[in-house]
Amino acid sequence: MANFETVEVNTDLLIIGGGFSACGAATEAAHWAKKNGLKIALVDKAAMDRSGAVAMGLSAINQYVGLKDGENTVEDYVRYVRQDLMGISREDLVYNIARHVDSSVHLFEKWGLNIWLDEDGKYVHEGRWQLMINGESYKILIAEAAKNALAEAGGEIYERIFIVGPLMDGNKCVGAVGFSIRENQFYVFKAKAVFIGAGGAVHVFRPRSVGEGFGRSWYPPFNSGTSAYFTLQAGAEMTCQEVRFIPVRFKDGYGPVGAWFLLFKARAISAEGGEYMVVRKEELNNWAPYGLAKPIPANLRNYLGMLDIDSGLGPLYMETDEAIQKIASEFKDDPKAFKKKMKELESEAWEDFLDMTISQAILWASMNVKPEEKHSEIAACEPYFIGSHSGASGAWVSGPEDMDTPYKWGYANMTTADGLFAAGDASGASSHKFSSGSHAEGRIAGKAAIKYIIEKGTEPNVDAAQVEKLKTEILAPLDLYETHKGETTDPEINVNYIMPRQFLHRLQKIMDEYAGGVTAAFKTSKALLERGLELMGLLKEDSDKQAAGDLHDLMRLWENTQRMWIAESHIRTMLFREETRWPGYYFRADTPKMDEDNWKCFANCRWDPNTGEWEMMKKDIWTMPGV
Amino acid sequence: MPSYVITEKCDGCKGQDRTACMYICPNDLMVLDMDGSAGYGEMKAYNRDPQMCWECMCCVKLCPQQAMDVRGYADFVPLGASATPLRGTEDIMWTVKFREGSVKRFKFTTRTTPEGSADPLGGFSAHDDINNQALATEPASLGLDAVTTPN
Repeated sequence: MANFETVEVNTDLLIIGGGFSACGAATEAAHWAKKNGLKIALVDKAAMDRSGAVAMGLSAINQYVGLKDGENTVEDYVRYVRQDLMGISREDLVYNIARHVDSSVHLFEKWGLNIWLDEDGKYVHEGRWQLMINGESYKILIAEAAKNALAEAGGEIYERIFIVGPLMDGNKCVGAVGFSIRENQFYVFKAKAVFIGAGGAVHVFRPRSVGEGFGRSWYPPFNSGTSAYFTLQAGAEMTCQEVRFIPVRFKDGYGPVGAWFLLFKARAISAEGGEYMVVRKEELNNWAPYGLAKPIPANLRNYLGMLDIDSGLGPLYMETDEAIQKIASEFKDDPKAFKKKMKELESEAWEDFLDMTISQAILWASMNVKPEEKHSEIAACEPYFIGSHSGASGAWVSGPEDMDTPYKWGYANMTTADGLFAAGDASGASSHKFSSGSHAEGRIAGKAAIKYIIEKGTEPNVDAAQVEKLKTEILAPLDLYETHKGETTDPEINVNYIMPRQFLHRLQKIMDEYAGGVTAAFKTSKALLERGLELMGLLKEDSDKQAAGDLHDLMRLWENTQRMWIAESHIRTMLFREETRWPGYYFRADTPKMDEDNWKCFANCRWDPNTGEWEMMKKDIWTMPGV
Repeated sequence: MPSYVITEKCDGCKGQDRTACMYICPNDLMVLDMDGSAGYGEMKAYNRDPQMCWECMCCVKLCPQQAMDVRGYADFVPLGASATPLRGTEDIMWTVKFREGSVKRFKFTTRTTPEGSADPLGGFSAHDDINNQALATEPASLGLDAVTTPN
C-alpha cells in the first residue's frame, strides 16, 4: 500500500464544506470564536472561490423577504413554503431562516454583489421573493468574506481535502476523516463541534444525457450526497428523504426558467399550443387544499406538464418570443425606444444564462435561437436531492430556542447527534432557502455551534482504533487496484473489482428503473421499490470491491458510496410513505392519491450504526399558531 | 468535449506545480501532463473526465493565457457555436458566436467593490451577546430595529 501519512488537525469548530451554508457558518462563527478564544477549521474538497453549486454564478437571489420595506412578513414565507411542499414543512426552521435571510442579502451587497436597482433605487424583483442580480462572481464574494472572517479569527482553511465520514464517540460527533486529493495524506479532524454543509446529491439517478452530457446536470455533478452520508453514518435522524426535486427547465442545457415565468411572464405550452396550466386546471382539484391555493405548488405545475407529455402532446415549449414581443410592444409607436427596449431585454435574457448556466447560452447559439424570434423546449430533468431548494431532504435538526415547538432538544440546527450541526442542503424540511437562505441558515448554525462549544464543549474523545480501521477501509481500494490490475490487458475490466464510473452506472440504473427516474416517468410502486432495494443490497455488497488507481478516482469512489446511501434512504422512505403527495416529483402508482388522514406528517428515518438497522418513523407536523 | 485546452496557447502555467485550471476546477477535472507521459503534451493541461464537466467555465475564466474554452456537449449541442468569457476585476465580457456566424457581445458587472475587500461584518456594528437571537451584525444588517419574533 502506498504510504499515506496521517495528518491530524485539532480544532474547536470543524466546518465541513465550502459552499454557501458553510461560508455563512464560517463568517458568523468567526465573530463568536474570536470573542471566545476558539479555533475554527474549514475543509473543502475543492477551492472555496468557486466550490459548490454556485461555481458558475447565479442570476437571481431566490429568497429575500424584504422586511425592512414592509413588503412581506416572515409568516407570509412560512405560509408559502407550507403550501409549496404540500403541507410538509418544519415551520419553525422556515420562520427562523426567513427572519434572518435579509441580513445575508444586505451583507452580500456590502461585499460587492450588484443587485439590480430600479429608477427609485429599489431592488428589482423577479418575483415576490426573488431579486435580480449580476451574479457571475456571487460565490467569489461570499467566499471572500468567509476567508477574511476566518483569517481575522486565526482560523484554518483546508482545500482539496475530501471528507468521507464522521468520527463518533457514542452519539457525539467528535470529528471527521478524509484524504487529500493532491498528496498521499489521510486526514483526521478532531473537534468539539462539527458543522456539515457539503451540499446535496446529484447523479444518484441516471440523467437524461448519458454521453458527455452526463456532466450537464442541473445541480452540480460534484454534489455527491456527502452531507446525507455524514449525518446518516453519525446515526442522526433524517427527514423528507423521499422528497426529491424534479426541476422543469430549458431542455438539455437546463437553463433557468424563473426569469422567463416571473419577470418576462412567458407562457409554457404543448406542441398543439395548449397552455397546460390552463387546460389541465381541473386536475388541481385532486390535490386540494394545496392545488386550489396560490401559488400553485411547483410539483403540481410539473405534474400538469407531465400529463401533457404522457398524452403525447410534447414537446413542451416556453414562449419566449411571445413574452419579449409583448413587453416591447408597449414601445411599438416609438421605433427608437422599441429598439432600446429590445436590446435591454435581449441582454437580460442572455445574462440570465451566462451568469449561471453557460451551457444553455451555448445551446441557444448552436441552434441559432434568438429568444425574441423563436421559442425553446422545456422539459422535466432527472431527480435531485436538494433540501435548500424545492426538495426537502436532509438531517432532522433542532429548532430555534425562542419558539415553542416539539422540535427542540439542543441548540439551533443541531442534529440528533450531539455536537453535529447542519444547514443548507444538509438540513431538511426547510425548503426554499436557496443561496441566501442557506447562507443565513449557515450563520444560525455557526453561532449555535460556538455557543454549544462554550457551554458544552469537551476535548474530543477519538478512538485511535476506529481511526485506523477507517484509514484502512478508505484507502483499501487503491490496494485492490494495484494488486489485481495487471491480470488483464485492460485494467478497467477485471473480475476482482469495479471502477468508479462503472459502479455509478449500476447505481443509476437501479434508481432510474425502480425508484422513479426519467425512463420510468417518475413512477414507482411498492413492488418496484422492494425490487430496487434487493438490487441495492447486491450493490452494497459489491461496494467494497470498488477500486481506484489514483486519488481523484478514490474521491469518485467514495462519492459513489455516499450516493448509494442517500439512494437507499430515499427508496426506504418512498416505501414507508404510502401515498402520492408530490405527483410532479414522484408518483406511487399503487397508492396514487394523497392521504391527508394518515400521511400529513414527516416521514423520518435513522440508520443505527450499532445494529446496522434502519428505523422509519412518522413525526407530527406543528403548524405555527395563527399563521 | 466540454472544457478543452488549446495546445499552442497552454504553457502549463510556466512550470509551476499546479496550474490555474487545476487550482480552480470545482470537480477536480484538470490535470497537468508534466512530462507528456499521459499523451497530452509536455507541460500541457487537459480535462481528465469530460463526462463529469459541468461547463462552469471556472477554468476558462481563470486561465492566464486564455488557452481554454468549451465545446458544447456532443450529446445534444450542434457544432459551430461558442460563448467565450473575458473576465476583468469588476466585469465580464462575453463573446457569443452563433452557428450561422453572427456574433453578440455582452458585458455584465461582476462586483462593485475591489477584489479582496469584503469586510465580514459589512460595515455594520456587531454585538457580543451570544444568547440573543440576533446574529452578529443584526439587527442593523436587517435594516430593522430588532429581529422579528413570533407573535
